[in-house]
Amino acid sequence: MPDDDAIRCDACPVLCYIKPGRAGACDRYANHDGQLVRVDPHVVLDKALSRGASVVPFLGREQDWDGNIVGGTFVTAIGAGTTYPDYKPAPFIISSEVIGVDMVTVVTEGIFSYCGVKLKVDTDRYLGPEQNAVRAQGEPVGHVTTSEYGSQMLSLGGVRHLTGGSRHEGNVTCETLLNLCNGKAVELKVDEGATVVVQAGKPPIVNEVLEDRMRVGCGSATIGMFAKQWFGKVDEVVVVDDHITGVLSEHQAGKLLGVPETGIQMKGRRSTPGRYFQVADPGTKWGGTNIEDPLSILQSFNRKKAWPGLRLLMVSTTGEHYAYFELNDELKPVEKELSAALRESVARIKENCEPALCTVLFMAGAGGSLRAGVTENPVRLTRSVRDALTRVTSGGAPVYIWPGGGITFMVDVSRMPENAFGYVPTPALVAPIEFTLKLDDYKNLGGYTDHVRPLSSIVPGEGRRHVSPRPENPWPLAATKQNTES
Amino acid sequence: MNTRMQVKLLTDGRRLHLHDGPIDLIIEAFGEMHQIDAAYRAAVRRFATVLDELCSELSLLRRPYDAGGPQPGGTVAQRMAAAVAPYATQTFITPMAAVAGAVAEEILEAMTSAVDLDRAYVNDGGDIAIHLRPGQRFVVGMVERPDRPSLFGSAKLNADQPVRGIATSGWHGRSFSLGIADAVTVLADRAAMADAAATIIANAVDLPGHPLITRVRARDLAPDSDLGDRLVTQGVRDLDDSDISAALDAGSAMAESLLSAGLIRATALCLQQQTRLITQTNTKLKITSSHGSLVHA
Repeated sequence: MPDDDAIRCDACPVLCYIKPGRAGACDRYANHDGQLVRVDPHVVLDKALSRGASVVPFLGREQDWDGNIVGGTFVTAIGAGTTYPDYKPAPFIISSEVIGVDMVTVVTEGIFSYCGVKLKVDTDRYLGPEQNAVRAQGEPVGHVTTSEYGSQMLSLGGVRHLTGGSRHEGNVTCETLLNLCNGKAVELKVDEGATVVVQAGKPPIVNEVLEDRMRVGCGSATIGMFAKQWFGKVDEVVVVDDHITGVLSEHQAGKLLGVPETGIQMKGRRSTPGRYFQVADPGTKWGGTNIEDPLSILQSFNRKKAWPGLRLLMVSTTGEHYAYFELNDELKPVEKELSAALRESVARIKENCEPALCTVLFMAGAGGSLRAGVTENPVRLTRSVRDALTRVTSGGAPVYIWPGGGITFMVDVSRMPENAFGYVPTPALVAPIEFTLKLDDYKNLGGYTDHVRPLSSIVPGEGRRHVSPRPENPWPLAATKQNTES
Repeated sequence: MNTRMQVKLLTDGRRLHLHDGPIDLIIEAFGEMHQIDAAYRAAVRRFATVLDELCSELSLLRRPYDAGGPQPGGTVAQRMAAAVAPYATQTFITPMAAVAGAVAEEILEAMTSAVDLDRAYVNDGGDIAIHLRPGQRFVVGMVERPDRPSLFGSAKLNADQPVRGIATSGWHGRSFSLGIADAVTVLADRAAMADAAATIIANAVDLPGHPLITRVRARDLAPDSDLGDRLVTQGVRDLDDSDISAALDAGSAMAESLLSAGLIRATALCLQQQTRLITQTNTKLKITSSHGSLVHA
């Protein structure tokens, strides 16, 4: 009966044969690449591994499983609201002593229908017109918003897509947000624009082209940065850019170096000397334009100023596209091989472009009933957060609290533990949120002090998953502002 | 002495958690403190040997039930066999279809025969055996998907009604399902009966050959599954409303026939957020669906 690749688990008398990537009847022991490992209770190994959850080898290392993280334990809200099988969202209110001060962490999973993600896609390639719908599986899940330097910005989710449209639109929006927040890749299509595959912490793929680098600056800025390196090695340089295309001989930087006029005549609209807008339409080719042939943005050279043999380098803002030309006797550019020195200058542009990434910020507002789960008087919690007496974290990761009313926060999902997000069929996202404050302060703001329990009362192994804290995050229990200071 | 077994009170200080191999029980007894204590001790004593008893005749329990063949010897195994026997002549079913309910029943009986309790339940991964003294009642919440728990309905169980067992089956659960139901919750006279019936009804909620359903041979997932070469559901994409209705119709027809045979008292079928409730028209059983009334933050 056993398959060749199945292993037999002897953790209990059921003696399951377990295939690679599967768990036994208990869901606790699993076959990971031929090794019997123990996984989180009720987490199937496939999911645990694909989301990077912890797995611990079976036998001999059991103590690791129940052990504490060095430096203390912080209980995140992940899974807190899902105390299956009694189905009641039961926030844990945990006390632990931190440097002699009794701290309280109120741990809950919020159900957020007012939530979404702000997606920064590092690319100059054109994703689509601002305000246009962004679709997943054909359903609108967000829109293109104001672009930032070197990046296109998408705003996804929000209550209008989650619950304001059709059931399918809501489900697809929820799934898209969940996948993005849990670090999975998602394919998005912009109306009248590009198809882009995005994944937190990974480079975007725009129309099936993997984006490598962010541009170091616009075409004009690139001229300024590299003019000295080109001087004497080439007569003219055009840095092609959808935003501002730069021309060395006309640019202030070229003038300062004494680069002579070349008689080059650009298409597009001249802004200031050596800086051109709209040399072509936006696209996914040279420098975020739609051109494949760089010469298509040039008019013929001015016969009075140009000369046969004139050396012309054309390069995109990321150094990804480049070509070298020399003018023939009719003053027409003829493509030639680049010299080693020019090759180096192109490589230098490339080197100065940072790796292009997609970054995902989850943004949500903690509603009144969530706050009421922390204190009998919800507005006091809001004030306490404002006064920095209460630290808010999401899955232990630091959050930015938006100024103004309520508790509207943003968190970088890549700083949260794997698989931190869930959802309910409303549809709405379930995200962890923790409020940490001094026990005395908790009493003062009307907290449920009779429900506070010590950290030690959370039985090890009782559906408890240990993860290592991320080194870039401040420790959530590090002293908050002392109320008595002022 | 069983050294694998884990016994602990949950952090609420009220409920008892028993764990051994693939069995996880959440138990709660209601009564005087000394009664609860006695009940929990009885549960632990009985639980200590349950897994070994089952495993001693596991190969028999994984075969389709045959009334004319060898019969299991253990008391839990006999509960399993009795629960699946009504179905065995018409369809493929092994006693394993009722294992969770049968274990819950066995432990509950150990508790109630040791001490007189007001109320008690033994919850074996969603298959629940309940005890009610006259005048008592339980309210049970129903969840469609364990990976995203939210109540889709509730059932009120009073002592004067015959229901003492509740079970839920669906393809998201730990056991494989041949059907596509997210959850079929069954109320029956005993937990093992509910367990077997939930399996049968969940299998019947199906759209054979539908392209949006991913099915895999049970053997390819778990080489020793009692389902062997049968195709088990591993994925269901968004179905349109007419498909959902057709699948629920098939499950409802099965449920109606079990209801008229007295094998179940009520059931709730849930598929992609659509729910069917099936009860006898003259029953006082209260089972309600509350879709769409979720609590927002």
